[in-house]
Amino acid sequence: MEIQPHTQHHIKLSEESLQKQTTTLNLGPTHPATHGVFQNIMEIDGERVLETVPTVGYIHRAFEKIAERRPYYQITPLTDRLNYCSSPINNMGWHMTIEKLLGLKLPKRVEYLRVIIMELSRIADHLVCNSVIAVDTGALTPFTYVFQFREKIYEIFEEICGSRLTTNIGRVGGFERNFTPASFTKLHSLLETFPKMLKEFEALLNRNRVFMDRCIGAGPISAERALNYGFTGPNLRAAGVDYDVRVSQPYSSYEDFDFKIPIGTVGDVYDRFMVRNGEMWESYSIINQALEKIDKIEREFPDQKEVFYAPEADHYHIPPKVDVYTKMEALIYHFKIIMGEIDAVPGEVYHSVEGGNGELGFYLISDGGRTPYRLHFRRPCFIYYQAFPEMVRNGLLSDAIITLSSLNVIAGELDA
Amino acid sequence: MTNEIIKQRLTDKFGEQLTEWAEPYGLLTFSAPAEMNLKVMQFLFDNEELRFRFLTDLTAVHYPNRKGEELCVVYHLHNMIDSIRLRFKVYVPIEKPDVFTATQLYSCANWMEREAYDFFGVNFVGHPNLIRIMNVEEMDYFPMRKEYELEDPTRRDKDDEMFGR
Repeated sequence: MEIQPHTQHHIKLSEESLQKQTTTLNLGPTHPATHGVFQNIMEIDGERVLETVPTVGYIHRAFEKIAERRPYYQITPLTDRLNYCSSPINNMGWHMTIEKLLGLKLPKRVEYLRVIIMELSRIADHLVCNSVIAVDTGALTPFTYVFQFREKIYEIFEEICGSRLTTNIGRVGGFERNFTPASFTKLHSLLETFPKMLKEFEALLNRNRVFMDRCIGAGPISAERALNYGFTGPNLRAAGVDYDVRVSQPYSSYEDFDFKIPIGTVGDVYDRFMVRNGEMWESYSIINQALEKIDKIEREFPDQKEVFYAPEADHYHIPPKVDVYTKMEALIYHFKIIMGEIDAVPGEVYHSVEGGNGELGFYLISDGGRTPYRLHFRRPCFIYYQAFPEMVRNGLLSDAIITLSSLNVIAGELDA
Repeated sequence: MTNEIIKQRLTDKFGEQLTEWAEPYGLLTFSAPAEMNLKVMQFLFDNEELRFRFLTDLTAVHYPNRKGEELCVVYHLHNMIDSIRLRFKVYVPIEKPDVFTATQLYSCANWMEREAYDFFGVNFVGHPNLIRIMNVEEMDYFPMRKEYELEDPTRRDKDDEMFGR
């Protein structure tokens, strides 16, 4: 009996697919091991991956089109939903893009507060990614353990902006309100317990024989190929290239801080894991330095304690609600900003920040209206996910799974 | 490495063909004829002094008012060694939006060009797999072009003055 291949099926199998010796495996789009909406149609020979074709776009939400009809302050919630493991970095990157367009200069205290927020979210992002690598190699305990600390970080965000995952934190020109004393208390309590936790996490995994055997040599990529594939962030650094936007094009006063860029050598899963661990230590040190600097500013200029936005950003910074109800100017600015009577200057600007998984860029063309003429997000994982077929080719299927989780591909950012 | 040096090297090589020189917010920007995009990129890549070997971003923009050159493809290149960026653009007519693909030079251009094709309909000549990437394959228009409004065009209660573009 001759079997006819389905012709109306969405997954188009070739005519010879019935005679072939290999297996076509449809991994995803909602597979529990892919941690997000990723589909890969794989051609496997036994357990070896011969070819894989990734499908993207399952949660495409047309952010770039929507942004063309949104005033600038309404685009911030869209950026939340790109890399939702580190949304504060996206928010800050977007605010900084507009500030660059408008030529606003922020007070040092605000920039340091921003650095604290960005580094906290980098830690949250890396904690999730690294512990998920552990889960995919069969160790669930570290994951449940470090999630308590992500929770603590989210509580700090909650204290500052009121929400946890999709934060919408900050405004153009600074923050929506000053940090409360409780947020500093929570931050200090996190910083006290964090090193012990991370040390324990590293003790569980870094030199764990089982973990090393699973990760070393899985999904490698050379520095040359990584650059050609547009890798940025921890994945590029794991391949041995010390490119970090924070150092090469400093923003938000990162030049005032003293930190190292951890790099790897062969760009495999283990290197990526170790680079992220190293970065968490550096982020921890940056946060401590930022707190010291803020303390110094507040000691020298006590009136700076209340500064949480740039005064010259009046025309763009939505004023605090308490001022809107009590002060004439604040009410006027609030009305003008919300009703879109304040136009941005015409211009073309590219600004990038070091996001959780790479260089997050905003390419903004303004023609002088209240909304962007065109806004393009340079989403790091959209660009480097292309290398996935090359990285897993001729490896084991289980290696493909940990390669995917170690790349820190976030579905929201991939599909924008 | 400064913008002046880059501009000098490029004008030495290509002369008057590169136009619209500008430096918005310190980023060197220029336009090249559409058929020269690969030559410019290859020169920037190979030149031992310029070393622009990283394609940061590739996207398209639609300018309906620029007759005969409605679509613009924008490249952001990066010289990581000297930590300097540049932006260059090519303009193509919307009836015949042919641009040579950069996939031979940069593997990362593959999906970015597919995205530009998907949303703007730029035809990247020589691309190995120029199909839609975000939208469904059955879609028969290019949604990011300016003629497709985001708001329902039949609505009269929302005008541009109060509700944005």
